[in-house]
Amino acid sequence: MALVFIPSQMQPLTKGQARVEVEGTNVKQIIENLDSLHPGFVDRVLDEGNIKPSISIAVDGDIITMGLIEKVSPNSEVHFLPAISGGN
Amino acid sequence: MTTTDYDPNVVLSTENDFKVVGTRPVRHDGVDKVTGRAIYGADYDASGLLHGKILRSPHAHAKIISIDTSKAEALDGVHAVVTAADFPEAADKIMELGEDETKLRDLRGNILARDKVLYVGHAIAGIAATNAHVAEEALSLIEVEFEVLPSVMTTDEAMADGAPILHEDQTTEELGDDSGVVSNVAKHFQHIKGDIAEGFKQADVIVEREYNTVTVHQGYIAPHNGTAFWSADGRLHIWCETQGSFVVRDSLADLLDMPVSMIRVTPTEIGGGFGGKIPIYVEPVAALLSKKTGTPVKIVMTRKETFEGSGPTPGSKIKIKVGATKEGKITAAHAWMAMEAGAYAGSPVGAAAQCVFAAYDLENGLIDGFDVVVNKPKTAAYRAPGSPNAAFGFEQALNELAEKLGMDPIDLRLKNVATEGTRRVDGPVFQRIGAKEVLESMREHAHYLSEKQEGSGRGVAIGFWFNIGFDSACNIALNKDGTVNLTEGSTDVGGSRTSIAMQAAEVLGISAEDVRPSVVDTDTIGFTAVTGGSRTTFATGWAAYEAAQDVKKQCITRAASIWDVDPDHLQMEDGIISSKTDSELKMTIKELAAQLSDTGGGITGRASVKPRGVGGSFCGNIVDLSIDQETGKITIDRFTAIQDAGKALHPSYVEGQMQGGSVQGIGWELNEEYFMSDEGKMNNTSLLDYRMPTALDLPMIDTVIVEVANPGHPFGVRGIGEANIVPPTPAIANAVYDSCGSRITQLPMSPGSILEALKS
Amino acid sequence: MTTKTHVQTTINGEPVDFLCEPRQSLLECLRDVIGLTGTKEGCGDGNCGACTVNIDGRIVTSCLVLGVEAQGASIETIEGVADGTNLHPIQLAFLEGAALQCGICTPGFIIATKALLEKNPDPTEHEIRFWLANNLCRCTGYDKIVRAVQDAAKRMQEA
Repeated sequence: MALVFIPSQMQPLTKGQARVEVEGTNVKQIIENLDSLHPGFVDRVLDEGNIKPSISIAVDGDIITMGLIEKVSPNSEVHFLPAISGGN
Repeated sequence: MTTTDYDPNVVLSTENDFKVVGTRPVRHDGVDKVTGRAIYGADYDASGLLHGKILRSPHAHAKIISIDTSKAEALDGVHAVVTAADFPEAADKIMELGEDETKLRDLRGNILARDKVLYVGHAIAGIAATNAHVAEEALSLIEVEFEVLPSVMTTDEAMADGAPILHEDQTTEELGDDSGVVSNVAKHFQHIKGDIAEGFKQADVIVEREYNTVTVHQGYIAPHNGTAFWSADGRLHIWCETQGSFVVRDSLADLLDMPVSMIRVTPTEIGGGFGGKIPIYVEPVAALLSKKTGTPVKIVMTRKETFEGSGPTPGSKIKIKVGATKEGKITAAHAWMAMEAGAYAGSPVGAAAQCVFAAYDLENGLIDGFDVVVNKPKTAAYRAPGSPNAAFGFEQALNELAEKLGMDPIDLRLKNVATEGTRRVDGPVFQRIGAKEVLESMREHAHYLSEKQEGSGRGVAIGFWFNIGFDSACNIALNKDGTVNLTEGSTDVGGSRTSIAMQAAEVLGISAEDVRPSVVDTDTIGFTAVTGGSRTTFATGWAAYEAAQDVKKQCITRAASIWDVDPDHLQMEDGIISSKTDSELKMTIKELAAQLSDTGGGITGRASVKPRGVGGSFCGNIVDLSIDQETGKITIDRFTAIQDAGKALHPSYVEGQMQGGSVQGIGWELNEEYFMSDEGKMNNTSLLDYRMPTALDLPMIDTVIVEVANPGHPFGVRGIGEANIVPPTPAIANAVYDSCGSRITQLPMSPGSILEALKS
Repeated sequence: MTTKTHVQTTINGEPVDFLCEPRQSLLECLRDVIGLTGTKEGCGDGNCGACTVNIDGRIVTSCLVLGVEAQGASIETIEGVADGTNLHPIQLAFLEGAALQCGICTPGFIIATKALLEKNPDPTEHEIRFWLANNLCRCTGYDKIVRAVQDAAKRMQEA
């Protein structure tokens, strides 16, 4: 299972848990499965089915480029980060 | 020539057998630029061209009660006047929607204010006239009635209880969660690793300090400009200086509610950008004016407008606490950072947070970031945005820590340095990085080993900036003589078309001169993201690499059909196609090119990429300076920049980036600032009073290029455009302390502030 | 419409007449009236040096000269520095020394450098820095520009 790192500001959703193991082969499944383990993640991360512009997702250290269809492997790490604005 | 007893520009090259990569060809656009032939945005001309000017707010914060343009419109020579009311109605429907739409509303509000002006210089109306003088006269005939509101100019003022609010509908966002609290704080986020309370308990020594920086500008020499022609067939054509022609196109499509295909953006040569020419300012105004007049309209900002009406980089407040054991192991670090976004949300604090501790392997770290709106121009990117502010704090704190521990400041850094596998405080794990190699190279450099001159101070610091990947496209057409024409969409601010062409040349086994690169308009090449984020040589270079591979593959296939052999038995190296099994079968790319037409037609390679493996670059500085005890003026006596380039494509232009970034950092540290009046007006809007470094203010800037290959790029390239502006501010501050024993925590370190420090 | 004045000049060795309004700067006349856009505008108030031209042997920021003041003057702009397709040694030194990045300041630097080397063929580093202090470059940090001027001096002495 992939290891999802829960940032402090999202930890109220996981009752303080900082890392959660989640099943899924792409980012969409990871978010949906995380939401069934700890309800609220879909609303928190997605807006009308797309990743919110204020959030970036990193898989294995790289900011993802394929959005929700980005592949996740069983030993991947997934991070939620604040999207960088003014950062170009 | 200036002679030194050491080599001032060193490349510590990794072993390689490249033919083109790593050489120093003359840039392809060079002759045009030394003869005055290159066409920049302000040089663009068209028949029937009208000239536009923009009316700007004299107030930092005010309601617009009414705008009367009738007198201006009546002036002889005036052809049209536009205000925010001229934006299409469709753009109004966006108000209650999500984040993307908020951004669009903010963008539109920044281009022409609708209900409120939020900073001095905020655009209100545009005028097109027969010439710029008439347009300027007409500006004074527009009557605007304001209701002036109290303003906030710093993060302290904006975050205070009861502060005047810029946006009544702005609530603080907490990583995807809307706090519901109306505030000037647009965003708060936090990164936590380990437990800092526990970490500080283990510390033998703790340093805690607050640092403040003020607004500074990128200072590109060519002001913003743009020409628009709205044709009778509904197509809009823009010529402008931009770091991202596709950004201009797509933003205009959103703002004007037009299909993307109806807009064509031709990027002209660009007179500097440094991040500041990513956003659009005058282009939509010129477009609206052109729509009204049916003729091309050109708008060129003045220098004053460039300061007041485009995006600088923010002032910031940074609090650092860092602790270490007696042995110099950092046990915990906390960074609290608030940055001014300007009038609309979007400061670079998020990037700053990812950079502040990047060079170090910390067990316990906490980063708090606040994005705060204030009544100043909306900030834009400026070379490694946010990272110099953050480093000004943390890299000074580290030197203070080293002093308390009795350690060499480079040794302290090396003891805690981040390497491949280090988990950053913001979460992800570093891939191969060169922080350690840069620090080791600093420690061994002749400058660091030399005796300081009598009375001078020495400082060191290191800084980080990412590379980003993003989209890039490239086409390569093989000509009949074996030369190639390469087209790409990354506007070239500092020689990138040559470093991109060199990557294609390397693959094809031809010379850099045999590749003719062109930066083309948005109708002519696939989507390419901005020139920014140190991505261009990396990502568009990657596209060139892939497009060249495509050409190479087609050359092999064609040779196979000419020779009637299996393509798998052929190879292409150094521009020669040959058989792996039959030594008789051999042909150069030039020989093949001559036969293309008769053997099936031309060969064009193409690629669209969005690469990963982007890595990042570290840069370190060693600086010696002396202080005039009577005037407080600082003189930089010697300056060395050392940066990991992964692989320096064109070492001269890598050195140029390092030297240019260093000097922008020196200016930021010593002189530059938006000197604001109590009413929120910038008092120093000329380049006499906004004092950027001149040749006379500086020594030579010595460079060392370290090459720790980026495993994510075919040639090991790292983007090097930005990290070099990060270490100067703390390195100079550390040298000032070394010289006079005072810690200066407020930028800029102007003579006045140094004199005060000397007195105390 | 403001009445225009007839101005007679010599630009890059050729006689050039133009009409300009009294309020138009020489920079504006060069760029917008005559069409010589190699001379650049960076600030409009004499502080960046991008518009540097040579008038009767003196370098000036052309944004601070009125077009009408150029009556009878001999003006050299960047367009006149190369001899046909043969680049001037200063241009070659800038090109080969990578002494430009965005290139917007380059015409001004080349005109200023040419005046320096005509007056002082073998300047010290300090003399170069002093002479070029009114020309701002935001890209290079000046290192490669100073080296290019040193290189150009050498090329011109050897020529």
